[in-house]
Amino acid sequence: MMVNMKPRSGAHIGTKANVTFIMWQVMLALMPATAFGLWLFGWPAINLFIITLLSAVFFEVICIQLQGRAVKPAIMDGSAILTAWLLALTLPPWAPWWIGVVGSAIAIILGKQVYGGLGQNLFNPAMIARVALLISFPIEMTTWANVSPLFFSHSPGLVESWHITFSGLDNIDAKTGATVLGMIKTEFSQHHILSDILKDYSGFGNFTGWARGSLGETSVLLLGLGGVWLMRQGIIQWHIPASLLGTVILLASIFHLIDDQHFMSPLMHLSSGGLVLVAFFIATDYVTSPNTPLGQLVFGAGCGLLIFVIRTWGAYPEGSGFAVLLMNSATPLIDYYIKPRIYGRDRQGKPLEIPKS
Amino acid sequence: MLDFFIKPRVRGGVHPEARKENTADENIVTNFPIPKTLYIPLQQHVGKPAEPLIRVGDKVLKGQLLAYSQGLISAPVHAPSSGIILDVNDYPAPHPSALPIRMIVLETDGLDEWFTSPIPDDPFQLTPEDISLRVGAAGIVGLGGATFPTAVKLNMGRENQIDTLIINGSECEPYLSCDDRLMQERAEKIIDGVRLMLHGMESHHAVVAIEDNKPLAFAAMQIAAKPYSSIEVMQIPTQYPMGWDRQLIRYVTGKEVPVGCRSSEIGVTIHNVGTAHAVHKAIRYGQALVNRVVTVSGGAVGKPMNVEVPLGTLISEVFAFCEVNLEDTARIVMGGPMMGDSLPHAGLPTVKATSGVLALTKSELKSSEVQPCIRCAACVTVCPAGLRPLDMANNIRVNQLDAAVDLGLKDCISCGCCSYICPSNIPLVQFFKYASGEIVARQQAQHKSEQTKRLMDDRNARMERIAKQQEEDEKARIAAKAERERLKAEQASQESLA
Repeated sequence: MMVNMKPRSGAHIGTKANVTFIMWQVMLALMPATAFGLWLFGWPAINLFIITLLSAVFFEVICIQLQGRAVKPAIMDGSAILTAWLLALTLPPWAPWWIGVVGSAIAIILGKQVYGGLGQNLFNPAMIARVALLISFPIEMTTWANVSPLFFSHSPGLVESWHITFSGLDNIDAKTGATVLGMIKTEFSQHHILSDILKDYSGFGNFTGWARGSLGETSVLLLGLGGVWLMRQGIIQWHIPASLLGTVILLASIFHLIDDQHFMSPLMHLSSGGLVLVAFFIATDYVTSPNTPLGQLVFGAGCGLLIFVIRTWGAYPEGSGFAVLLMNSATPLIDYYIKPRIYGRDRQGKPLEIPKS
Repeated sequence: MLDFFIKPRVRGGVHPEARKENTADENIVTNFPIPKTLYIPLQQHVGKPAEPLIRVGDKVLKGQLLAYSQGLISAPVHAPSSGIILDVNDYPAPHPSALPIRMIVLETDGLDEWFTSPIPDDPFQLTPEDISLRVGAAGIVGLGGATFPTAVKLNMGRENQIDTLIINGSECEPYLSCDDRLMQERAEKIIDGVRLMLHGMESHHAVVAIEDNKPLAFAAMQIAAKPYSSIEVMQIPTQYPMGWDRQLIRYVTGKEVPVGCRSSEIGVTIHNVGTAHAVHKAIRYGQALVNRVVTVSGGAVGKPMNVEVPLGTLISEVFAFCEVNLEDTARIVMGGPMMGDSLPHAGLPTVKATSGVLALTKSELKSSEVQPCIRCAACVTVCPAGLRPLDMANNIRVNQLDAAVDLGLKDCISCGCCSYICPSNIPLVQFFKYASGEIVARQQAQHKSEQTKRLMDDRNARMERIAKQQEEDEKARIAAKAERERLKAEQASQESLA
């Protein structure tokens, strides 16, 4: 095949960064938020994280072997691990073991390998898995553990964590509760207004991550820092995060100004749910996002709009998974209509006219 | 800061490590020993190959015409040194394939004796047409690597009454520093060449554009250009591929050359600094283009340098002079590392296009471990032509060449930015060159089959016509015979009656 031929044409030199390097850079950027989440929710969260990652690798190996391809380079590129990592961060931290396994199976097999593997999938695998789990197992996927950091007296120990992970949680009401977004959605349905609902709300707690929520989504601060670092490294561009967050902030500001008792403040939107994780790490997925800067701006704005709409008027308290998947499906369309202008041609591809001088 | 708003944005591009320091600080080496044998290809330019007018055994002088240009776009070839013609035959070309092309083989006599031709006292008294003629007769082609015959370009510039002549001193390819050294050491000669070109095109404004990573060359050129108000020297940002003519034209003049147009049609012509230097030598001293400055660099080169070599010198001899370690050489590249071609071996001649010869070690090369495309779109971001290399490559991979053409394959300039940046190490430019070649081959095959069909149809029609003719002839013959016999019978009956 042509690809295996000794390269004859340039460029003979090139950047050293390869796919593997990019994947590990993203994981490195996720590290602070992940470490914080694992600490915040203790041993059961650690169990779930490890199970999700290991099962993703397992399913990847099976798929690659079925395809008759070399296993080692495919595993070593880190894409399966990153997918599982992102999935784990969006799961309820004390979810049972099989949530992690089923989630990884959906992400790797249905989300990625049936399309032809890395680079071929239409939808973000982690989000496919998250949404499939949420629809199929609504109870397990909305049971949010209280904050119970490692080595705190009331937190579960290692042995107790195995019990939680492998045979389920007893005394659920004492150890779990609602997320901010979930609580607001429920209370709104009972015609309460925000100033009553948010008596105990701590903006600072939510911003730093000291709150109930998905395993790695709680700390907006650490996720944001990781995202900014990724931009500095040149791994992701600013277009998608900026337009996504900008759209949510803009819409939230407008509605909050109109009616501050029925619409959350932009800051609250920003520090709740998976918004920041999605903005920096999920929506920016190369494979499933458009490949021109303008297309990326449109894509980000679309995600932001859908997130805001689903959060505000939808049946689910959080809409980032759905929003990303919907916009993923629009990516080929965006790429078809928004493309760079070729030098010497107009936007329609016709040669420019010779200027009369 | 103000520049940011005034100057047009440079689109796409990459910032490869320059790696010019090994050669950029040393003078051009001019004492390269004359090789025993020179291999001079008849085609060292864009257009038709030159036609030899010497015979094997002829004794020739340096600069003497060996092969004349034929056709509108072509260039002659001259003897790079004095000696005897050994052979005119096919030898391996300095091309990735090393397929044989026609070359003149010259055995040098070591005297390096110039062929004298009359020199004008004041070249500015010559007519502009005469300048073009002399430039054409000297075999000068674009020395930046494009090798388009310079005289043709001068004529086009004159006919289109261009208002700006851009002299390309960007030298944006990494490793290469031959233009940089030329500008530092021979600034006055280059400026003289620029003035002659302006005269040849009846134009009055030239801009010498030099990347801002060559401050010494910029300073030297500025001093040399000072007496002439028609020549402006400017600095341009260092960014690959700043030296792409159309990018440079847009940056300097703000004009964009439409697809399918020559730049002279919008009033701009662009020439390389090396070309200006060659024009100076041709007009002032009557010297044909018989040697050039070549950058020899790369990790495997013991003594990297810029060296002036006779055209036709085998790369192996240049390598020996520069102490290249062939064991460490992972790839030989002719030209720069971004656009240059890799050569299968060093037994190939240097030509007019050879701006550099690189002996690269494995650690300098881009990894060839191909990973799947992750649609990171880095190739889209860096493409100066505004293409989407990833989509083009995906189509080519599944043999959808027409789709690739629709995406702009023919607007690809092979600058190599996409291949350079690709984290999956996909040899994108190679895909595009393969597809372009394949499209030409398919068109030729289609043309050939159409031609064959036409010939077949013609033959069938001809055969039919002949058969018809024969049939008619036969009928006529039978009719004539019957007539004859009838007449005979009539005659006989009349005779018997009588």
